[in-house]
Amino acid sequence: MDATQAVAIRVTVNGERYERSVEPRLLLSDFLRQELGLSGTHVGCEHGVCGACTVLLDGQPVRACLVFAVQADGSSIGTVEGLERDDGLHPLQAAFKEAHGLQCGFCTPGILMTMVAFLDEVPDPTELEVREALSGNLCRCTGYQKIVEAVEAAAAGLGGKP
Amino acid sequence: MKPASFEYHAPDSVEEALGLLTEHGWDAKALAGGQSLIPAMNFRLARPAVLVDLNLIDELAFIRRNENGGGDGGPGPGGVRIGAMTRQRAVEKSELVAELAPLLTEMMPHIAHPQIRNRGTFGGSAVHADPASEIPAALLALDASCRVRGVEGERWVRAEEFFLGLFGTSLEPDELLIEIALPGPRELTGCAFREISRRQGDYALAGLAIRLTLDVKGRIQEARLAYLGVGGAPALAASAAAVLIGEKPTATVVEDAARTAAGELEPMEDMHASAAYRSRLVEILTREALATAAERASGSG
Ligand SMILES: Cc1cc2nc3c(=O)[nH]c(=O)nc-3n(C[C@H](O)[C@H](O)[C@H](O)COP(=O)(O)OP(=O)(O)OC[C@H]3O[C@@H](n4cnc5c(N)ncnc54)[C@H](O)[C@@H]3O)c2cc1C
Ligand code: FES
Ligand code: FES
Repeated sequence: MDATQAVAIRVTVNGERYERSVEPRLLLSDFLRQELGLSGTHVGCEHGVCGACTVLLDGQPVRACLVFAVQADGSSIGTVEGLERDDGLHPLQAAFKEAHGLQCGFCTPGILMTMVAFLDEVPDPTELEVREALSGNLCRCTGYQKIVEAVEAAAAGLGGKP
Repeated sequence: MKPASFEYHAPDSVEEALGLLTEHGWDAKALAGGQSLIPAMNFRLARPAVLVDLNLIDELAFIRRNENGGGDGGPGPGGVRIGAMTRQRAVEKSELVAELAPLLTEMMPHIAHPQIRNRGTFGGSAVHADPASEIPAALLALDASCRVRGVEGERWVRAEEFFLGLFGTSLEPDELLIEIALPGPRELTGCAFREISRRQGDYALAGLAIRLTLDVKGRIQEARLAYLGVGGAPALAASAAAVLIGEKPTATVVEDAARTAAGELEPMEDMHASAAYRSRLVEILTREALATAAERASGSG
């Protein structure tokens, strides 16, 4: 068998199972967008700098542009499309809406996925911690202030929940 | 598609991975966290014909106390051993590392961003041997040893012999880095890490890792200073160390060593900082780090 040929992979994305055949060189970001039609994961720089493509790979935020789709075989992936709940926006999304945490929205999916994982780990962060956690995501519009406020508001809100 | 096409293999043992690397020679590359290799492939700066993915090799991901010592030809006993495929994030969070190699715990958060450390590996950064990287500097300062294996057998290589110039190591293309052994804390020894970057997670404009050992009279017996971002290769600064040996770490001696380091290194100019600015940073960071390391060595810090 020629190993440059397509490989069958199985992944669970936002709780749904998919089976696809992919070329080894296909990036996870392109797989999500092009093969699964989940274009909420954005692609900015494709070398790990901007953070727009951040997704959860088995619960951990990673750059989808720096993982090959074949490597995700057997994994569970979380993207921005999976954040919404039955009763509406995820509290972090709601906080971004409320606090004007986005303008053009290009950076937003990556920031949400980064911050969902961050707030799980640090439920009650200081402003400095929020800013450090944000350092791997570039935003060209907001100047970050509103993003920090949104994350802090979400933390305050989420703090009350079990 | 960004990267050129390649043949993909994901073996689950070191033996199998070595077999593939030997079979394909220079055409093959090992894929660890991919956080340096995949960007290079996306730009087609790297176009390996064969990728040998190490991510399924569980035996390469561990952090453990170095108890068996020299039984396998390695250093010790004492200290900690870290498998090459251990994620940078796991090293950062490890309590064992905090106990046995606290310099690493202090340093790891400075490497890129959490999303990158979740994938990037400890060994991958060592093999990449970027003179701007933190891990090679720490391995040099801590006098770490690298366990390297090929189909023919394995060898232990001290950090000073492992790093060979810009992005160069003594690894052969058909060899793998298996693990890294770091000596544990010692009497009268203190370490310190300092770096300056424009933003949290950016590559440093300048930085250094130090290990300082005093004798019973408080004189410096050994000084290992390794810089990042300012030299052409991961290497120890010999002249600065020579200024320190045999002296007590007084303010004057520290000043002198800091100036020597700034003169010894020849930082490059780039769009982020001029060479003169980087030299100045070397001087200041060296002074600060030496003071901290000396305090820690004498038990007062
Ligand atoms: C945006 C961004 C910012 C970054 N900032 C920093 C920073 O501030 N400081 C820093 O130090 N690094 C930084 N990095 C690099 C990051 O730390 C990488 O993870 C690291 O340099 C390489 O580790 P890896 O596991 O990803 O290796 P890979 O990219 O998979 O591999 C790197 C090289 O090492 C070889 N290799 C890997 N493991 C082995 C092994 N066990 N045996 C033999 N060969 C092997 C590969 O073949 C390849 O040639 C950054 C990366 C990005 C994308
Ligand atoms: S697109 Fe992945 S980090 Fe920019
Ligand atoms: S809102 Fe436009 S890049 Fe962040």
